[in-house]
Amino acid sequence: MTLLEFALWNLLKVVVVTVILLLGVAYTVLLERKAVGRIQNRWGPSRVGPFGLLQPLVDGAKNFLKEDLIPAAVYRPIYLLAPIISLGCALVVIAVIPFGENIGPKGFDLFEVSNINIGLLVVLGLTSMGVYGIALAGWSSNNKYSLLGSLRSSAQLISYELALGLSLVGVVLRAGSFNLRTIVDQQAQHGLLSWNMFGGFQFVAFFIYLMAAYAETNRSPFDLPEAESELTGGYHTEYSSMKFAMFFMAEYANMINVGCVATLLFLGGWTSPFGHLIGPFHSAWINALLSIFWFVFKVFTFLFLYIWVRGTLPRFRYDQLMNFGWRFLMPLAILNIVGTSLWLALR
Amino acid sequence: MHLVLFLIFAGLCLAGAINLLLQSHPINSALSLVVVMISLAVLYLLLGAEFLAAAQIIVYSGAIMVLFVFVVMLLNAGREERTLGSKVAKTLGFPAVVAVMGVLATIILHLQGMGTVAINQGLIPTEELSRVLFHELLLPFEITSILILIAILGAVALARQEGSERRLTK
Repeated sequence: MTLLEFALWNLLKVVVVTVILLLGVAYTVLLERKAVGRIQNRWGPSRVGPFGLLQPLVDGAKNFLKEDLIPAAVYRPIYLLAPIISLGCALVVIAVIPFGENIGPKGFDLFEVSNINIGLLVVLGLTSMGVYGIALAGWSSNNKYSLLGSLRSSAQLISYELALGLSLVGVVLRAGSFNLRTIVDQQAQHGLLSWNMFGGFQFVAFFIYLMAAYAETNRSPFDLPEAESELTGGYHTEYSSMKFAMFFMAEYANMINVGCVATLLFLGGWTSPFGHLIGPFHSAWINALLSIFWFVFKVFTFLFLYIWVRGTLPRFRYDQLMNFGWRFLMPLAILNIVGTSLWLALR
Repeated sequence: MHLVLFLIFAGLCLAGAINLLLQSHPINSALSLVVVMISLAVLYLLLGAEFLAAAQIIVYSGAIMVLFVFVVMLLNAGREERTLGSKVAKTLGFPAVVAVMGVLATIILHLQGMGTVAINQGLIPTEELSRVLFHELLLPFEITSILILIAILGAVALARQEGSERRLTK
């Protein structure tokens, strides 16, 4: 493979993965509206296209056509920069996510934009950079609701990032690597039984990750930064048109990213839950497509769980949120690390 | 390729550092510092230290600088007044800085040349780094962590003293 071919293939991968991610974002929004609708005993969007399937496209067009208001008192450069940071950090994470069994030639990953040794750390780093988008949006809007929302949000993200990072240490200890492919390969032997969540005895870590991830993505029951009844819209109160849509897309892209990371770290990535009972088939392509199917299925299940939780649980109070993060999740995560290390050392 | 990246990010780093000093608004200065941190992370990566680069992003630009921005937001710090500065500082300060830097640079160049770290020596895997850190340098590592723990405890103790009446009402 020449350098030019390599560059073209990579460009193609980036374009395809980004387009699929954005489509995923659009249809997660639709899924959420539909599912929450059914939970609340109503239909959800059903007029545009069959089953309302064209609703996301129409919503996108609507957002483009809306008037782009910039209030007079905002601090312009940062006001314009904030949504870009937010969406940028959310979209770049997908670059290190492997989503299928590797069948490319040596040194080339067909189903991952870039396979790097510190994949997991890159995900964590980009998540921690995403905080700037929200913090700066609220501050530069020069509006008390925005500022309160972004202060809440930054405090919440900083607090739960710690529990999130610590909950992943157990998995890293078991795999001995930050490479996401290595972490998945280590769970591949016996299907369901060797996934980190079950066979790896990391279910406590999975529970912590789940809670912290809901808080990191500002989702219910931790959606205090945009609590409508108290803060109008929270940090994006002053944003309109596509700038608002960018924050919205960033939130859903982050949900998908979190789902991908949970799938890779705890649910065995693209491996089949039945182990070797189904397959492997003779054709490498069928195996690869099957692996992508399992990956997408697991991410979808995770997203559905997100929506289900949103439709059922009420919002936390702010002091409860902080107590839960610092006094419960973090000590539990540290205990999990100690337990996993002891188990690995004594085994 | 590596040289091009080095030049871009070293330039960005310096520009960020200078901008940090010139800006009069604390938020702009803090964001320039973020740019400096991120460019430094890329420079670490070019030297093959991938874990250090990731830690730089996560710890410095992701945690410490977010706290900086958070505090600036919380205190609602306004624009600082620009003072003209003393003439003595300008006439004597800049030549003095140039002289000190020149002396340091000549001494370093004289003693060890341009150094021996090639840009393209490959990545140092995290396993190797942790082996050095937890086998050969275990004692300094533990002592440093105890030092940090003491600092945390000190900060908590100081913060508690101020809010002692709130503790009583609870």
